[in-house]
Amino acid sequence: MPELERHSFDVLVIGAGGAGLRAAIEAREHGMRTAVLCKSLFGKAHTVMAEGGIAAAMGNANPKDNWQVHFRDTMRGGKFLNDWRMAELHAKEAPQRVWELETYGALFDRTEDGRISQRNFGGHEYPRLAHVGDRTGLELIRSLQQKVVSLQQEDHARSGDYESRLRVFQEFTVTDLVLDGGAVAGAFGYWRETGRFALFEAPAVVLATGGIGKSFKVTSNSWEYTGDGHALALRAGASLVNMEFVQFHPTGMVWPPSVKGILVTESVRGDGGVLRNSEGKRFMFDYIPEVFKDKYADNEAEADRWYTDPDNNRRPPELLPRDEVARAINSEVKAGRGSEHGGVFLDVSSRLPAEEIRRRLPSMHHQFKELADVDITAQPMEVGPTCHYVMGGVRVDPDTGASSVPGLFAAGEVSGGMHGSNRLGGNSLSDLLVFGRRAGAGAADYVAGLATRPACSAEAVARAERVALAPFEREGGENPYTLHMELQQVMNDLVGIIRKADEMDQAVKRLEDLKRRAAALTVEGHRQFNPGWHLALDLRNMLLVSECVARAALLRTESRGGHTRDDYPRMEAEWRRKLLVCRAAGDGVEVVEEPQRPIRPDLLELFEFGELQKYLTADELEG
Amino acid sequence: MGYRGHFRVWRGDSSGGGLEDFTVEVNEGEVVLDVIHRLQATQAADLAVRWNCKAGKCGSCSAEVNGRPRLLCMTRMSVFAEDETVTVTPMRTFPVIRDLVTDVSYNYTKAREIPAFQPPEGVPPGEYRMSQVDVERSQEFRKCIECFLCQNTCHVIRDHEENKEAFAGPRFLMRVAELEMHPLDEGDRVGAAQSAHGLGLCNITKCCTEVCPEHIKITDNALIPMKERVADRRYDPIVWLGNKLFRRS
Repeated sequence: MPELERHSFDVLVIGAGGAGLRAAIEAREHGMRTAVLCKSLFGKAHTVMAEGGIAAAMGNANPKDNWQVHFRDTMRGGKFLNDWRMAELHAKEAPQRVWELETYGALFDRTEDGRISQRNFGGHEYPRLAHVGDRTGLELIRSLQQKVVSLQQEDHARSGDYESRLRVFQEFTVTDLVLDGGAVAGAFGYWRETGRFALFEAPAVVLATGGIGKSFKVTSNSWEYTGDGHALALRAGASLVNMEFVQFHPTGMVWPPSVKGILVTESVRGDGGVLRNSEGKRFMFDYIPEVFKDKYADNEAEADRWYTDPDNNRRPPELLPRDEVARAINSEVKAGRGSEHGGVFLDVSSRLPAEEIRRRLPSMHHQFKELADVDITAQPMEVGPTCHYVMGGVRVDPDTGASSVPGLFAAGEVSGGMHGSNRLGGNSLSDLLVFGRRAGAGAADYVAGLATRPACSAEAVARAERVALAPFEREGGENPYTLHMELQQVMNDLVGIIRKADEMDQAVKRLEDLKRRAAALTVEGHRQFNPGWHLALDLRNMLLVSECVARAALLRTESRGGHTRDDYPRMEAEWRRKLLVCRAAGDGVEVVEEPQRPIRPDLLELFEFGELQKYLTADELEG
Repeated sequence: MGYRGHFRVWRGDSSGGGLEDFTVEVNEGEVVLDVIHRLQATQAADLAVRWNCKAGKCGSCSAEVNGRPRLLCMTRMSVFAEDETVTVTPMRTFPVIRDLVTDVSYNYTKAREIPAFQPPEGVPPGEYRMSQVDVERSQEFRKCIECFLCQNTCHVIRDHEENKEAFAGPRFLMRVAELEMHPLDEGDRVGAAQSAHGLGLCNITKCCTEVCPEHIKITDNALIPMKERVADRRYDPIVWLGNKLFRRS
């Protein structure tokens, strides 16, 4: 057996999306020797899929916007379950993070006076999203990637080595974290290309692995989204919060079948697009919930006036938070008013001139033309809900991104708390930047304060290696693709957009069965670039994380944000004070209820009493 | 609706390989990548292919379909006749790792050789002012998803390994143009485009533009304007004299 490849760094960042790259830049700027490990090629992370924009209260489009308004919108969007400190930091720091991107070379669309243009989006009171057409995620990832390269050029000028302080290891998958006495000591994984193993020794790891969507059948997420960071954190002893909250984006493509789930940006609605059912009715007026009645127009005339006169009209209900719109579409389709392929119609063709649509929504135009033969400047799009984002994730300290495991940090979608029960569009890209930077700094400070470095024991490494090779050792087991498809069907059908106790009970049992079968699955071929083997290892993570979602969802007997119970349709103020916390137990997970920290009084004062009454319990309101 | 399609897929690694025949189900609305995935799930579990977003946004699944550089996720099966054999091979310009996956590290090396954005001195973050019309030129180039199909098709390097050292390729010459046209970049990029990145090797056959899945006019909008700037500086007698006198390289 060849000797194990070893590397040693100060800070490891797992994941090269927005959060990972921003964390790596920060750690390197704090003087840490930093490595980024990513499953795909550098620059291909799922962040590129983000379309609409980055939410930041810069006040360029409407000077009345500021961090307090953004904070309020975020808390409302999350139905007040958000970690308020995260929401506060996010709202305060997002503008600086966007401006910083310009110093990396980013080129956002501009206002008349040359500042960064901002667009409307669901749940945001003012136009707030910095954007580049509908390819904002690509701009973000490319700007961060190019900043990494520029830091490497600086290091090259100084030391003659581009990679002396910041190095990207691409197409490398981490399968396990290595601990020393409960603290992080490193990460173990394999090279996609050769299947060989490598050990990265480092006292701090920042998880920035994104989400879990590949456990669901209809999803906008790419193959990478297998909950790796969520599972690594659980297995290392950290806890996850809010795992019952999964966001179904209201508008995914529904046809042709091979593209089902691919995202249709919310900007279509932000820029004037409307939703209609098969009867041609703009049905969203029928779905404005009580808590949002005074913010959203109840008739078409007022809704249409809002685009040009937002100060004197209420917003169109197409721009309600995503959970509301997704449920509404679901209900319309169930009631038999759906489109031919089981969606509803999203129409921008009758709302904007063709030229304007091509300018504002170029990738949507391209995507529908190429993949569905639909010209969105002339025809409506068929859309339906698609699994898009997990609000739940690693429980972290808001200021530093530190988890409960010493040396383990998390940022971006893999962390939990920031978005509460539902994330607003545009708040993801800003989340990545704000908390990516904070986690990078948190990890650097942690390493700087260490007296001694933890060590990776030979036994721990050998154990990780055995687990990774196990699928090759067995014979006669099932194929990982079969199990994956079954898992996706279970999660979609039984723990999907609308949930019921008996179905989730069934899901938990089916997951147990899948876990047992996955432990016996067999992989063919050899270790070099073997997608079957990779899926087998990813499946282990997906099953663990799916169990968190199903078990937590079963316990929360209310409906809130990205968790809708058919058997408990109301939101309960008492539940707002409770967090469901998942931890590893045996080969599965246990979920326990823990109290939510009360919101700091000065932040509560940003809301009117009447609004707080809709969310808080009577004794909270007394205080 | 569905039919049995005939595929030939290149399988092998750096030591060699060849085309392998498959007969596989094809359904309405599918793209080539769907069929490759079906092969993985049913007939060849270890068939290597790189992919990510499956929506034409990440530029991972670049390969050659019937000899043409394409994204597998954006090539619809409906463009082929049902009895047509679809041949899928890896990009030819880069060394094969396995099956459809190639070693694209050349591109990352070239990316590092282009000096980064040089921010304007004395302008703090938040104070950048640029007009839409001025950013649009570079924005077109920033639509690039780095699929490297332009690099793959460019004949300067496609069959000329020896040129790789001196030539950054269309993608990265376009990056030079993007920075040159960035309203606030303070770097001087014209001289290096020719001397360090090999712009002179490009003879504007527009192959790169033709294969670009983002429909960026690489040749017309990036490469030719850069060539013009190089020419202006080189052949303008006053600039030439100035360069001699002040030794500007």
